[in-house]
Amino acid sequence: MRKPGHSRVVNYIILGCLAFFTLYPITLIFFNSVKTTDETFTNPLGFPRTWRLENFVEVWNEAGFSKAIPNSLLVSGATAVGVLTVAALAGYSLARLKPRGGNFLAVYFLAGGSLPAQMFLVPLFFLWRKLGLVDSLWGLIVIYIATNSPFAVYLLRSYFINIPTDFEDAARVDGASEFQIVWRVMLPLARPGFLTVVLLTWMNAWNEFFFANIFLHRQEIQTVALRYVVFSGEYFTDWALTSAMGVMMTLPVMILFLATQETFIEGMTKGGLK
Amino acid sequence: MLRRIRKILTLDASEDVDESRSKMGGGLQTRFFQKEILPWLFLLPVVGLNVLVMIGPSVGSVYYAFTDWKGLGSAEWIGLANFTRAFQDPFLGRALRNNLKWMALSLFFPPAIALFAAVLLSEIRRGQRLFRAIFFLPVVMSATVAARAWQGIYHPLFGVLPWLVDHGLEFLDISLLGNPDLALYLVYLASLWKGWGFSMVLFFAAMQQVPDELYDAAIVDGANRFQQFLYITLPSIRPTIIIVLIFTLIGSMLAFNFVYIMTRGGPNHSTDVLALRMYIYAFDRFEAGYGASIGVLLTLWSAFVTLLFLGLRRMGWEV
Repeated sequence: MRKPGHSRVVNYIILGCLAFFTLYPITLIFFNSVKTTDETFTNPLGFPRTWRLENFVEVWNEAGFSKAIPNSLLVSGATAVGVLTVAALAGYSLARLKPRGGNFLAVYFLAGGSLPAQMFLVPLFFLWRKLGLVDSLWGLIVIYIATNSPFAVYLLRSYFINIPTDFEDAARVDGASEFQIVWRVMLPLARPGFLTVVLLTWMNAWNEFFFANIFLHRQEIQTVALRYVVFSGEYFTDWALTSAMGVMMTLPVMILFLATQETFIEGMTKGGLK
Repeated sequence: MLRRIRKILTLDASEDVDESRSKMGGGLQTRFFQKEILPWLFLLPVVGLNVLVMIGPSVGSVYYAFTDWKGLGSAEWIGLANFTRAFQDPFLGRALRNNLKWMALSLFFPPAIALFAAVLLSEIRRGQRLFRAIFFLPVVMSATVAARAWQGIYHPLFGVLPWLVDHGLEFLDISLLGNPDLALYLVYLASLWKGWGFSMVLFFAAMQQVPDELYDAAIVDGANRFQQFLYITLPSIRPTIIIVLIFTLIGSMLAFNFVYIMTRGGPNHSTDVLALRMYIYAFDRFEAGYGASIGVLLTLWSAFVTLLFLGLRRMGWEV
């Protein structure tokens, strides 16, 4: 399989075709995001002839992204911080403090992430309505923190378990208190796990559509994914603006992913393979 | 409370011993707190949130599935009526058939393409990381953008077809997503585009774990590339393949986003899926009890697949 020196031209040709299939739709969004509306009709598939950067200004001002982007930054940021906080506490407890019944909980966090949303969606919606949390960003944030937490607890628990106790013992011999051990020894060593949790939950919340669509109705509080679907549903023939919105939504996630590829892929595949 | 936690965390061992000697009761209390209470205080936020958002409402679903609840007011117990209705509902029947088609496509195409690409990728030296990053890009994109991008490609005004029509293929002057015979497959293609890279990365990672000696031995025995794939690669990464198929079995019954965004079940219900019907019943028509019963059925399927997998594994199947 790995015969050295053997030419792999065919491999590169087929992989190149798959890469084209993967990249072309994304490239199209980028091309069309700078065309005039007229050009999206006359030249929908090719390289842009005009560069109309005002599309992005219009997306910001008229399509409602001036509200949706701050909304999504709040939702994604609060979700990431919230998930990290509750999952770090729980992961540390399960890994190191070993509570009675902890194993049962660990199994729950392993399986809980794969509970279909359809199982709890209907009562959750009417409960949220009763509590006044429908049409509220904080109501959505609570849902995001809860639904993202099982995976994060599972991930951070395994991170804490894999930190050798030698480090703690050494610190203890040096006279460190338990609090100092947590703060100075455990947290820095678990930092890669924290980074994974923050990146993945931030991305999940930024991209999320299913819950946002059900729990947010007023336009002023829509998140980017929801605003994008609603706007492009109403003005689909404005393919230039729809594409510009798509670029504004996709670019942050793409940059994050390309900058931290290993963390991203390792974290997501761990989630898939648990 | 926080000060107390902090105090306990900062107690070091010697203090602990001293304290328990001088004030037996207090020391025992402290140790009890540290051993039994503190771990649960750390777990409390996450358990509370999970109970509030997922566990509690799930229990609610099981109850409401047996009622005529409208989301407001009281719920009347109606026994199995929602379930008998579900099994006779022609819309659900059609939706189920579409989910099964979706499942059949998903069990074959994404794993096949992903396996093929992963083998090709593991054979090359230069550009592995680049190709892996490219294939993973759609996975990190929002499904909303992916769905709209493909809708654009299918669009009668600025899609691929009008271009082909302009270049002489006039018989292609047809509507794509408006065609009931094609729509489901076209929506599926968009979802395939977004998802297959994930399986590819899983397979590729699993293939990296296969020891090179196995291939060396096979080459000495004169095995060709296909035989190496069949007798070494496939058996070695079988656990990963099984996991991917399990997730496919569960996920294809829950398909929603692409259908909802691209066609909303149309044209003429040709792309209806179960999760979409459930959404319509629960949130458009406020038949909350009926919606909950469909949710319970979908979850039973997930649980069945999961338990089957765990059961087979326990029976000694190496899956």
